[in-house]
Amino acid sequence: MNMKVKIGGVEFKNPVMTASGTFGSGAEYSEFVDLNKLGAVVTKGVADVPWPGNPTPRIAEVHSGMMNAIGLQNPGVEVFCKRDIPYLQQFDTKVIVNVCGHAPEEYLAVVERLAQEPVDMLEINISCPNVNANFLAFGQDPKHVEELTAQIKKIAKQPVIMKLTPNVTDIAEIAKAAEAGGADAVSLINTLTGMKIDVNRRTFALANKTGGVSGPCVKPIAVRMVYQAAQAVKIPVIGMGGIQNAEDALEFILAGACAVAVGTANFINPYATLEIIDGIRDYMEKNQIEDIYELIGAVK
Amino acid sequence: MAKLKMTGRIISQEMISPDIYSMWLSAPEIAGQAAPGQFISLYCEDSGRILPRPISICEIDKEKGALRIVYRIAGEGTREFSQKQPGGTMDILGPLGNGFPMEETKGKRVFLMGGGIGIPPMLETAKQCLGEATAIAGYRDQNVFLKEEFEKAGKFVIATEDGSVGTRGNVMDAIRENHLEADLIFACGPAPMLRAIKAYAQEQDIPCYISMEERMACGIGACLACVCKSKEVDAHSQVHNKRICKDGPVFLSTEVEL
Ligand SMILES: Cc1cc2nc3c(=O)[nH]c(=O)nc-3n(C[C@H](O)[C@H](O)[C@H](O)COP(=O)(O)OP(=O)(O)OC[C@H]3O[C@@H](n4cnc5c(N)ncnc54)[C@H](O)[C@@H]3O)c2cc1C
Ligand SMILES: Cc1cc2nc3c(=O)[nH]c(=O)nc-3n(C[C@H](O)[C@H](O)[C@H](O)COP(=O)(O)O)c2cc1C
Ligand code: FES
Repeated sequence: MNMKVKIGGVEFKNPVMTASGTFGSGAEYSEFVDLNKLGAVVTKGVADVPWPGNPTPRIAEVHSGMMNAIGLQNPGVEVFCKRDIPYLQQFDTKVIVNVCGHAPEEYLAVVERLAQEPVDMLEINISCPNVNANFLAFGQDPKHVEELTAQIKKIAKQPVIMKLTPNVTDIAEIAKAAEAGGADAVSLINTLTGMKIDVNRRTFALANKTGGVSGPCVKPIAVRMVYQAAQAVKIPVIGMGGIQNAEDALEFILAGACAVAVGTANFINPYATLEIIDGIRDYMEKNQIEDIYELIGAVK
Repeated sequence: MAKLKMTGRIISQEMISPDIYSMWLSAPEIAGQAAPGQFISLYCEDSGRILPRPISICEIDKEKGALRIVYRIAGEGTREFSQKQPGGTMDILGPLGNGFPMEETKGKRVFLMGGGIGIPPMLETAKQCLGEATAIAGYRDQNVFLKEEFEKAGKFVIATEDGSVGTRGNVMDAIRENHLEADLIFACGPAPMLRAIKAYAQEQDIPCYISMEERMACGIGACLACVCKSKEVDAHSQVHNKRICKDGPVFLSTEVEL
C-alpha cells in the first residue's frame, strides 16, 4: 500500500503535516508525537528579524473553534537557522519552513538566508490576517500574488508553496495567480478573519480586536476552497482547516488535496497527527485502496 | 518524565463553597510527576468547547496516584466539570508548567499567599515547604474554603474583604496586622494582589515568586498564546515574551510585568 506523496519533487512518507504556528518547530510536541512518523513538520512563520507579536489576550474560544491573533511572534531567521533547523534535522521527516514578512524585501531576505540550509520546502504565508500592514493584502490581490511568487521563485533554492488566505472572493483566481508566478504548490486555508465580543466586559475578546478563526467550525469552507483550487490549478494543493480526524483528512484528499495539514486539532488532542495517519491507513486497507493517489481528487 | 494526555477517573467531587468545587482525580501517570505550582489542563466533553481548561494542582497524593483540583464555575466549561459524578472520567493533559522552586524554601521563613481561586495551589506548596511556612489566604467573605487542610499543613492566616473572618482587607493587610515577616514569598491570585505583593517584596528586598494566568491553547509552549512581558529576552523568540504555560506559570516577580 502506498501512502507516499510527491510535491514539488519532494517525496513525503505520508500526506499528513503539521499546520504552521500550531506546532512550534516540533520540540514541544515531541513529548507526545514521534516526529519521525509525520509526513512533514511545517514550522511557525519566521521573519528576517524577531517579531514580538500582539498584546494578550491572543486567543479566544468560539463554538467548535478558536480565534487567534498571535501576531507572528518569532525569533527571526538567524536564531531559527541555528536552533530549530538543527533540531529538526535529527528526525526522519521533511522540514517545511513557513515564511512571513511585512514587505517583499523581508520575505526575500528570509528565503535567501534559508537557501543554504537543509530545508525541504518553503511555505510563504501571504495570508496571515493579523498583522496590520498593507502588504498582507498581497494574498487578496491576484496581481500581487503572482508578482511576489515570481520574485521568490527567482531566488529560492527550495520548492515553494504559496499559502493562501480564504478571505477572498474567488480562491480559484488567487490559486491560478500563484501557479502563474511559478509556485510549486499552494496550501490553504489560512484562518478566516473573525471577531468575538465579550458581552460581560463589553469589549473585544482579543486585544487585537480581530483574529483568525480556525478549528472544526471552518472545515466546510476549507473543503470547498480546496476543491475549487484543485479544480483551477495543475500544481499540487495542500489542504487544511479544521481537520480533527482521518475522516476529515480524507474529505480534503477526495476534494483534491495531495496532502493535509493538522493545526488546531493539536490543541484538542496532541496525538491527533499520528491518529490521522493511522486512520487513513486503516481506511485504505478496509477499502482496498492500493495507492493514496487513487483517492486524491477522486470526488469530482 | 514527560507530559501526557490521559483519561483520569473521578474519585470524588464536592462543592466546598458557593460555586467552588473540589475534585479528586485518579491519574497516576500525571500525579507521579506533579509538583507544587504546576497545573493540568482539562478537556470538556462538549465537543463545541475545543480548548482544554487550565486548572492548578491543589494537592498531590503520589501513593494513590491522585490529584486534587479546586475550581470556580467561571463559565460553561467549569460548569460542565461541576456536574460530573464520582466514577466518571475526565481527559487531562499534564503535568504542565514549572511550579514553585521548593528547594529555595529550605531554612527560610516563607509566605505562601493566595487570593480567591489562587488559594488552592498554595496548599500542596505549603505541604511540601522545607522551611517555616505561613500560608496567607484572602477571601471575599465568610465562605472560606480549604481552611482545615491549610491549618494541618502549618501556620494559616486569613483575610476577608468584608472582615467576617480574620483580618478585614486583603492579604497585605493580614501581614501588617499580624506583624508577619518572611525571607521568601510564593504567591498566586488576581493581578492587583500580585502587584501589591511584588511591591512589598521589593520594599523588603526579599525574593518573590508569583504564579501568572493567561488564555491558553496548547498549554505546552508551542502556540505562543499565553505570553507575558518579561525583563529578560526570552529563550524562545528572543523578544521579551515569556510563555506562561511553559516558562511559567511561576516567575520571579522582578522578571515579569504585571
Ligand atoms: C495556569 C492557570 C491555572 C489556573 N488554575 C485555576 C484553578 O486552580 N482554579 C480555578 O477555578 N481556575 C483556575 N484557572 C482559571 C481557569 O482556567 C478558568 O476559570 C477556566 O478556563 C474557565 O473556563 P470556562 O469554560 O468555565 O469559562 P469560559 O469563560 O466559558 O471559557 C472560555 C475560554 O476562555 C478561557 N478562560 C476563561 N477564563 C480564563 C482564565 N481566568 N484564565 C485562563 N483561561 C480562561 C477558557 O479556558 C476557555 O478557553 C487557572 C488558569 C490558568 C491559566
Ligand atoms: C495559534 C495559531 C497560529 C498560527 N500561526 C500561523 C503562522 O505562523 N503562519 C501561517 O501560515 N499560518 C498560521 N496559522 C494558520 C494555520 O496554519 C492553519 O492554516 C489554520 O489554523 C487552519 O487550520 P486548522 O483549522 O487545522 O487550525 C496559525 C493558526 C493558529 C491557530
Ligand atoms: S498556551 Fe500555547 S504557548 Fe502557552
